[in-house]
Amino acid sequence: MSDALLEVKGLKIEATAYPPGEPPRDITIVEGVSFAVEKGKVLGLIGESGAGKSTIGLSAMAYGRGGVRITGGEVFVNGRDILKAGPAGLRALRGREVTYVAQSAAAAFNPAKKLMEQVIETTLHHGLMTRAEAEERAVSLFTQLGLPNPETIGNRYPHQVSGGQLQRVMTAMALCPKPDLVIFDEPTTALDVTTQIEVLAAIKRAIVETGVAALYITHDLAVVAQIADHILVLRGGHMVEYGTTDHIINAPSEAYTQALVSVRSITHKEKTGGTPVLSVKGITARYRGTKFDVLKDVTVDLPEAQTLAIVGESGSGKSTLARVITGLLPPSKGEITFAGRSLPADFEQRSRDDLREVQMIYQMADVAMNPRQTVGTIIGRPLEFYFGLRGEAKRKRIQELLDEIEMGEGFIDRYPAELSGGQKQRVCIARALAAKPRMIICDEVTSALDPLVADGILKLLLNLQKIENVAYLFITHDLATVRAIADSIAVMYQGRVVRYGSKTDVLSPPFDDYTDLLLSSVPEMELGWLERTIANRKMEAAGN
Amino acid sequence: MRIPFAALIGLFFTGLYFFMAIFADFIAPYGMAEVVGNSWEPASWAHWLGTDTIGRDLLSRMIYGGQTTIFIATAATLLSFSLGSVLGFFAAVKGGLVDQVLSRGVDLMMSIPSLISALVVLSVMPVTLPVLILVMGILDSTRVFRLSRAVAVDINVMDYVEAARLRGEKQMWIIFREILPNALSPLVAEMGLRFIFAVLFISTLSFLGLGVQPPMADWGGIVKENKDGIAYGVMAGLIPAFAIASLAISVNLVADWVLTRTTSLKGGRG
Repeated sequence: MSDALLEVKGLKIEATAYPPGEPPRDITIVEGVSFAVEKGKVLGLIGESGAGKSTIGLSAMAYGRGGVRITGGEVFVNGRDILKAGPAGLRALRGREVTYVAQSAAAAFNPAKKLMEQVIETTLHHGLMTRAEAEERAVSLFTQLGLPNPETIGNRYPHQVSGGQLQRVMTAMALCPKPDLVIFDEPTTALDVTTQIEVLAAIKRAIVETGVAALYITHDLAVVAQIADHILVLRGGHMVEYGTTDHIINAPSEAYTQALVSVRSITHKEKTGGTPVLSVKGITARYRGTKFDVLKDVTVDLPEAQTLAIVGESGSGKSTLARVITGLLPPSKGEITFAGRSLPADFEQRSRDDLREVQMIYQMADVAMNPRQTVGTIIGRPLEFYFGLRGEAKRKRIQELLDEIEMGEGFIDRYPAELSGGQKQRVCIARALAAKPRMIICDEVTSALDPLVADGILKLLLNLQKIENVAYLFITHDLATVRAIADSIAVMYQGRVVRYGSKTDVLSPPFDDYTDLLLSSVPEMELGWLERTIANRKMEAAGN
Repeated sequence: MRIPFAALIGLFFTGLYFFMAIFADFIAPYGMAEVVGNSWEPASWAHWLGTDTIGRDLLSRMIYGGQTTIFIATAATLLSFSLGSVLGFFAAVKGGLVDQVLSRGVDLMMSIPSLISALVVLSVMPVTLPVLILVMGILDSTRVFRLSRAVAVDINVMDYVEAARLRGEKQMWIIFREILPNALSPLVAEMGLRFIFAVLFISTLSFLGLGVQPPMADWGGIVKENKDGIAYGVMAGLIPAFAIASLAISVNLVADWVLTRTTSLKGGRG
């Protein structure tokens, strides 16, 4: 064998599908995948959902999740074919030579045990160190990963630390037994950008300092560009392109990789002026039975047929603002004016026209559509409800709407489960459009979608705005989306609007501290971006 | 459409029982209360299952008894499901005071064992078929209420229900068009089970003498009339038990199959 730490050759992975009423059949999830990772190097596995990246990552531990079977190929770790290792050999491998960091640390930790117990559990189980040694190593890893109070943080329970900290504790857990290889499965995907950059920097530092090799799985090319030496692009369980990070980012040869690299290149000319269709004045709101104001004195305007982006991290109150505008959460103070008339605070007091003119598109298209209704019923109901359309006229209008969302014939009688993620979100858009609204609230509509699909949805929304003259209140945490679509921007932080104005004004210096932090935390598809940003921040901190 | 083997068996036997119940008057070889022989005659070509304690044809008794038992159980199950599920959904959708009053009321009813409440009510009311059905239906609806409320509470917080509310839909649409189709699977599964419990319940009541009154036949009553025979090795009392067991299994085989069909989110198209 070569000096590669991990070598995968001709990997083939299958699963069994059980369609109701049919005999089970085998389907191939991954085929013909080969790659190698040398000591101390990081390989990024990148692809959209369903590309097989997590499945391939777990094959480095010879593990198939949820009935998935590795049926072909060879996986060598330190020169041993682990697919032939047998249960005892695998027990010795997993958690010792190869360890794993899961996507959602909050779901992966046992909430009833203290962090230290869980961090050193595997190490003790394998008998690699005494308890005292393991705890000492854990504390030094906590320090290395930049966790606050490294001496005592191990005595806390998982719910007592933040999401970003928990993700770093999990990294410490993976590094504790001094493994040769760590599999990182989307470790920063569930985090806010401002937290993501810290975790990313901590992981990168830990990799460099411990000299461990890593498989880094993610769907975000900009993130993997910061951390990986090589990148393997996957699509539908097959290899698309495999090369150095520099090659993939700067000179991709496959069309699919090029599309991934150039994603989010939509340009949108900003519109200004215009009469506001929606005015939110001095809104303060809290949830029933709590004493904490989630929104504090929020004032924004949304001009006719334009887009106002509400930006902020989770917990900033941006979705609550949407609930206040739709009337689901009546505010304790403040007023909402829509198209020149004052909107009642509670949606049950609003007229049918008030309800019709403000539509909403949700983040998770899956749960925003009744799974028991066909696409025709979902889009047709507002037509019937607001305009009294029936029969042939209704069917014709549904088809027009389907054409508008670029879906065409043959979808009317399908159920949501028979649509892809992007198609589902399109149907939700059509349902909102069916009401002929003047304003649509888009709550994180692209954040659950793969980048290329999200791009298509944004383009569609921009087109529809031109045709239908509808205004968007666009709630998102993703600044690339904001750049692509917004005319004006409101940045929210802890329930307040900290910066508000036209897109150019908000995105040009001088920045307030929070906006600066937010903007500089968005990963750019550029080598060395992470180091530069961290260095800048250190210099600024030293300058202060 | 391919029907699984187990469901075919279930469909066949369920169909057979229901067919015999519906066309009892044409199928039964003798009259329901007709004395045709000596007591507890063994099976013969004239009397396939023998005769009962006072010499009536047991097969005819079983067929007529099945008619009564299955009719009462079906009616009571339908009543309990329409009542329980609508009230349960209503409580879940309305929440607040409505939910509290309904749920605590149901708790109160459930705190008394249903057999005891049934015995108390039936000892003061005239024991007729409508009264039996009503008592059984209402007592059983408390279980259905609990299940449907629990299921609906989960569905009620989904975004599509919120979207329907924001569209301005009325409660009726939300209950019957948004929630009911999504709550159907657990309800169908429960219905198979509840039907069998209803069969057992009416049989129990008849066995205790407070259900179907003689000379009308029903399966519980047949057990009661023939129970003394068991001591002499006469099987007559066990035949209704066998009928109840086989009906229970076949109804649930069908319910299981319907369940996989209703669980499919692709309209059963696979």
